[in-house]
Formats: sequence, C-alpha cells, structure tokens
Amino acid sequence: MAKRSFLIPGVDKRLLIKDSIKTMPDVTRRRFIAGGASLGALSLLTGCDVVDSSSAEEMLKQVSKFNDAVQAFIFNPDALAPTFPESAITKPFPFNAYYDLDDAPDVDGADWKLEVRGLVDNKKSWTLDELYKLPQVTQITRHICVEGWSAIGSWTGAPLRDFLKLIGADTRAKYVWFQCADKDGYNSPLDMRSALHPQTQMTFKYANEILPRAYGFPMKIRVPTKLGFKNPKYVISMEVTNDYKGGYWEDQGYNSFSGS
Amino acid sequence: MASLTVSDEQVRANPAKVIQPVWVRIMHWVNALAMILMILSGWQIYNASPLFGFSFPREYTLGGWLGGGLLWHFAAMWLLMINGLAYLITGFATGRFAKKLFPITPAGVLHDVRAALTFKLGHDDLTVYNYVQRLLYAGIIVVGVLIVLTGLGMWKPVQLYYLVALFGDYPTARYVHFFCMAAICAFLVVHVLLALLVPKSLRAMIIGR
Repeated sequence: MAKRSFLIPGVDKRLLIKDSIKTMPDVTRRRFIAGGASLGALSLLTGCDVVDSSSAEEMLKQVSKFNDAVQAFIFNPDALAPTFPESAITKPFPFNAYYDLDDAPDVDGADWKLEVRGLVDNKKSWTLDELYKLPQVTQITRHICVEGWSAIGSWTGAPLRDFLKLIGADTRAKYVWFQCADKDGYNSPLDMRSALHPQTQMTFKYANEILPRAYGFPMKIRVPTKLGFKNPKYVISMEVTNDYKGGYWEDQGYNSFSGS
Repeated sequence: MASLTVSDEQVRANPAKVIQPVWVRIMHWVNALAMILMILSGWQIYNASPLFGFSFPREYTLGGWLGGGLLWHFAAMWLLMINGLAYLITGFATGRFAKKLFPITPAGVLHDVRAALTFKLGHDDLTVYNYVQRLLYAGIIVVGVLIVLTGLGMWKPVQLYYLVALFGDYPTARYVHFFCMAAICAFLVVHVLLALLVPKSLRAMIIGR
C-alpha cells in the first residue's frame, strides 16, 4: 500500500482530523468544575460551598439526572424527526469520532456476528447476511452532534423495534445497551421508548451503499431523536436490560438522555 | 422647639421613594448570575464547533471541556428560564412594563439619542426611563425571549420542532442563538458602563432607593 488510503471517497482528510481533534476530550475534563469554583456566587443557588468543587460537580450531576427525567417526560414516542429530500443531503457527510479514521474499527463483515443478550427470548447471534434479509427502510434525517454542528444524511436499515419484536425482547425493560468494536470499548445505553421509536434503525447502508468503515461498518444504530454520540457505530452486541450500565461519553458527563 | 419625632402623616407624605421594587432587584441579580453562567458555558460549547473563524479564550469559558460546559448550560438554563418567566409575568401583571417601558416613540428615541451623544441626557429622576433606556430595556427582553426560544429549539429539535421551524432550520436557530448572545454581551457592556457612570442607579438596584 503506497499511501494511507481513505476508504471513503469524498471524506476530506483535513476536515476529518480537525473534527477528531475537536472531539478529543481535554486532559482537564475531569476537573471541569475548576472554572466554576471561582464563581462563589453559585452558593446562592445551592447553599453549598462551591469552593469545594466536588459539591458543584454533584449539583451538576443531579441537575443532569433531573434533565434526563424532564426529557423522558416530554418525549413523545410518535413525534417524528423531520425528514428531508435527497437534495438536502450534506456532502461530504463528516466522519466524526474521538479518533482518526485510520484508527477506526476495521471489522471483517464475514466474521462479524451481532450478539444479542439480556431479556430476550431468542439469544441467537446474527450474521450480516441474515440481518441484510430483514425488511429495510431508508430515512433522510438530520444528524445533530453534541458539539453543535449538524449534517443531513441518508440511512437505510431495519427498524430496531421490528428486530426487538423478532427476537422476543422484553420491551418493558428500561434499556437496550449497545457495545461497539472500538478498542477502548465504546458503549451507550438507549432508553426503551427511544429504541421503540419508529425511526430508530439498525443501519446497514449509507446513501444506498453498504455502510462504509467511516460511518460504522457493519452496523450503526441510527436514532434521529438522539444526539450523534447516542448513535453507536461498529456495533457488536445489544443487551436488553433493566440496569443502567453507563456509556463511553455518558460516564464522562454528557447528559445520558440527550434526546432531541 | 421642633419635635424630633416624625408624625405618621409626614412619613406618608414623604415616603422614601422606592425606585426599584424588591422583586425587580431580586430577579435582576438572579438574571445577572444566570446570564453570566449561560454566556461562559455557552462559549465553551461554541468552542467545540465554532460558527466563525474564532474561539473564545479558554479562561473565559466555564466547565473545562464541552461536557462540563453543557452541564453548566443545561443547569443554569432553569435558573434563567424560571426567573425570566417570573419577571415577564410580574412585569406585565404589575403594569411595570406598561408604565416604565412604554410608549417608545421614534421621535423620543431620536431626541434622547442625540441628547445622550452630546452628554445632555439627564438622570435626575431615576424612576422615569428615557427613550434610549426604554428601547434598550424592551429590546433586551425581546432578545432574551429569542435566545430562550432558539435554545429550547436546539435542545429539543424533534419534540419542539415548531420552535426550530419558527427560525427556519436547526443551523439557522444556532446562528440566531449566537447573535442574541452577542447582543446581550453588547448590552451588558453598555449597561454596566452606564451603571458605573451613574452610581445612584446601581445603588437603586441594590437597596431600592
């Protein structure tokens, strides 16, 4: 191989690196309260000593949990994310991750199997060929990143709720928890009501082509009612569970519901 | 010999003139705190994906990284929204808005702008806002409403899709949100500067008189 070649024609390398650097968490992210501690006035709000940054951190965590509850409350399972015509698709659609595309999981589709665990009747693993046979739909929706940028893309795949029905999942369970092939173990919990949303999709294609590596080959979970980081790529397993198992970004402080 | 005591009648005749009622003062300072938290955490969020060719200096951002900035932003938003809503309701219900902010006439604004620029705009009676003040205070309330509506729209672009639709689309709402922030910052600079130039107005916002 002469040069490092990117698998995705149209993905701009500079943009890609820029994007991944931006997402790189700051080394100081664990001390994110430091900036707030100086605002002594905050004690007005909490009545607690803000100089002790852990109490501010605790307050913010509690508010974030409260925000989870508020979002779950106003979530309407029938409200659809806006869809767009093909002409509205963002080209090139950005690659975005906390690593370079060269370091993205390189999954061998022939060996890959989707593992199904937890509160389901049928725990059989699924090959890609089997999954490709499921009835699929195409949706053109806006992907909104937690960073603020957004891009419109076309995703094709099987509605997750159909699959959950097919495997006899207990849809009264609280979460579907996804694990990904990323080497540091990307994972993310999806609340069951969002998992059952009509537009939530097990995605196998982007722009009518087999999902490229940049966008999560072999399978991405596309959730147009969630921020981008709750749309896991390179998915290797799903678990139906009542336990909150945390997630890669959720554990670092991104709001867990992060719904649109 | 003149009596040193004051009769009830005299107190009623010369009540210490309250310029800023207590609810205005409380809501003003809560809003000031909420705005500062929202702006500094908002700059942190902006820096994650700048709309323009610049970023805000790290020292002026809150939260340390994007996740921390978001936690602050989505916590302080409650303070801003609840306080703001209470302010709007009380402002309309007590007639304060009608009395102090209106009418705003173009002629009045022009006259007072000219007077201000030639340093002839008096502040003898702090209970009456001049036309420049009326325009700015009414204007900043409108900006405050816009920044909350665009913010809510971006927070819930599916559930509150009509808010996003009101501004066109998601990216447009983001720009409107940014420019409202810029307007608030510009207001803040002028507002603080003038309060320092007319210290009795600052005193009135603290002790009421």
